[in-house]
Amino acid sequence: MYSRAYKAIVSLPPLLWVTLFLLIPYALMFAHSFWLVRDGMILHRWNLQNYAKIFQNPVYLEVLFRSMRIAASVTLLSLVLGYPLAYYMSFQAGVRKDLLYQLVIVPLWVSYLVRGYAWKTILGSQGILNGFLQYLHITNDPVSFFLYSPFAVILMLTHIYTPFVFLPLYASLEHIPRNLIEASQDLGASPRKTFLRVILPLSLPGLLAGTTFAFVLTLGDFLAPLLVGGPSSIMIANIVQSLFGTAYDWPLGSAISFCILLITVSLLFFTERLEKRWSFR
Amino acid sequence: MSLVPANAAAASAPAGSLLEVRNIAKRFGTREVLKGISLQIARGEFLTLLGESGSGKTTLLRLIAGFEQPSSGEIRMNGDRLDTLPPHKRKVNTVFQHYALFPHLNVAENVAYGLRATQAPTVEIPARVADALRMVKMEEYAATRPSKLSGGQQQRIALARALVNRPQLLLLDEPLSALDANLRKQMQGELKQLQRELGITFLFVTHDQDEAMALSDRIALLRDGALEQVDSPRSIYQRPATAYTAQFIGQTNFLRAEVREGMARSGPLQWPVLAVPNGIATFSIRPENIHFFADLANSDNQVRFRAVVRQQIFAGASEQLEIDCAGQSLRVRVSSRAAVSGEHEFAFSPDDAVVVKNG
Repeated sequence: MYSRAYKAIVSLPPLLWVTLFLLIPYALMFAHSFWLVRDGMILHRWNLQNYAKIFQNPVYLEVLFRSMRIAASVTLLSLVLGYPLAYYMSFQAGVRKDLLYQLVIVPLWVSYLVRGYAWKTILGSQGILNGFLQYLHITNDPVSFFLYSPFAVILMLTHIYTPFVFLPLYASLEHIPRNLIEASQDLGASPRKTFLRVILPLSLPGLLAGTTFAFVLTLGDFLAPLLVGGPSSIMIANIVQSLFGTAYDWPLGSAISFCILLITVSLLFFTERLEKRWSFR
Repeated sequence: MSLVPANAAAASAPAGSLLEVRNIAKRFGTREVLKGISLQIARGEFLTLLGESGSGKTTLLRLIAGFEQPSSGEIRMNGDRLDTLPPHKRKVNTVFQHYALFPHLNVAENVAYGLRATQAPTVEIPARVADALRMVKMEEYAATRPSKLSGGQQQRIALARALVNRPQLLLLDEPLSALDANLRKQMQGELKQLQRELGITFLFVTHDQDEAMALSDRIALLRDGALEQVDSPRSIYQRPATAYTAQFIGQTNFLRAEVREGMARSGPLQWPVLAVPNGIATFSIRPENIHFFADLANSDNQVRFRAVVRQQIFAGASEQLEIDCAGQSLRVRVSSRAAVSGEHEFAFSPDDAVVVKNG
């Protein structure tokens, strides 16, 4: 048993940290969302105008839905890439496992910005991809939709978040006792049935954690649209960023942020409940 | 060395043989885990693969289940090749050492798994699951998750799950090793009874010689990847073919004796032998086959000798003595009695001195 003083001392720093950097900012943001801006001044006058604006001006909802569509696409693509990779590494890779694992991890050490610029040089009209296609005479002129399009944003974010989907999935596949797979085969289940009835259900907690990571992180991303997205792929975080920056409308920015926060938190709440239901140990 | 030569075993398949293992070898890299095993299992038989850890008994089981591929040799079931089939196509089911129950399914779903996987008629499934659960006395746990069950209960479910498919051959990989001693004894009894009632052939793997003796129709003793001896528990105990068998199954005394003209001599001891060639031979004599001469009602044909009691250990129903006969130390088991010491006269029957091969 630890003494009360000890408990107080060790729990103080994290409590302080959470209060200073999470609770107070969120409270401030929440308060701001009920204030308003007039003549470049934030007036502390309580009202619901900001929330009304979100629903009245179609741009905000449209961008919000686009962001969610992009987040869903990135999540799905990361899953399509990440699950087979995790499955292969866990069940088939044998001695190459460690090397492959490092290959998945290493890109995470490279700065997000560097990876963004790398995609720019690959996808641009003078970029590597267009150069290659023209060299092979598949296209005559540079293909312009590669860069500055939702396609580019989805591609780049899929590249960045696939490891986040992969890691929890791989962990949950690695945790499946191998004798369960043998038991399934032994009882007459073909490899396909074994996958559907044993491996897939037992990997659901990892799958859920991975998809939550990818979706939530993509939904809040604003750098990918800035770097490779162009005007057609503005996401909700870009709007928030500009409202807090050049547009100087902190109250509206706060209201939008609060809506995103609400979506994210309810998503996390939902997935956590599902995860509890799906964990069997 | 194998006492059932490979070619002889393959040539003389007894009628009613269900499974035939022919000259199976298995190597993992350069390590030879099984060295040309040949074995036949009769229909309805309870055969135990007994051996120390690393003797290859579990590997042999896994080869039959299909989780490993043999390096050479073949396995046949009802005359058809078994070793070329994937595990899910083999009419063989396994009770795993650590049960391997599916944690995401409840007890009834676990038991139904094999029926669903092999597409048994859907209408039959509930009744067959209920039957299987009744068989292991676990009906009231149908809706429980395996993690809520004790080890013994999980064991029963694993058994029900493996039996519900009505396999011709049930493989059991040290199924009782994780249970405590009392539960283990109880489960041994139930297992044996179940096997008799169902008439299913059991291939049972254990490292516990008492368990093997209690359950088996025949014991196949494995040593370093080769069969040491295959025989009924009684024969293997009373007539061990090798010194290894004699000391692995039960306790024994070894006497090195010189045999000449039908008489064996070891120090002051001397007894008649039948059909043992002249030369040096090793004899095995079980501790319970050496008696106080005074206890014997019928003293005909007994080999009598005097020895000093060095130690006496009380073991409940019996006493274990350590006696010294002219420098030769012997273990003796006699019925419970008051403390004994000093020199006494002991005796054994020449029939109980079994000549064993060394090694």
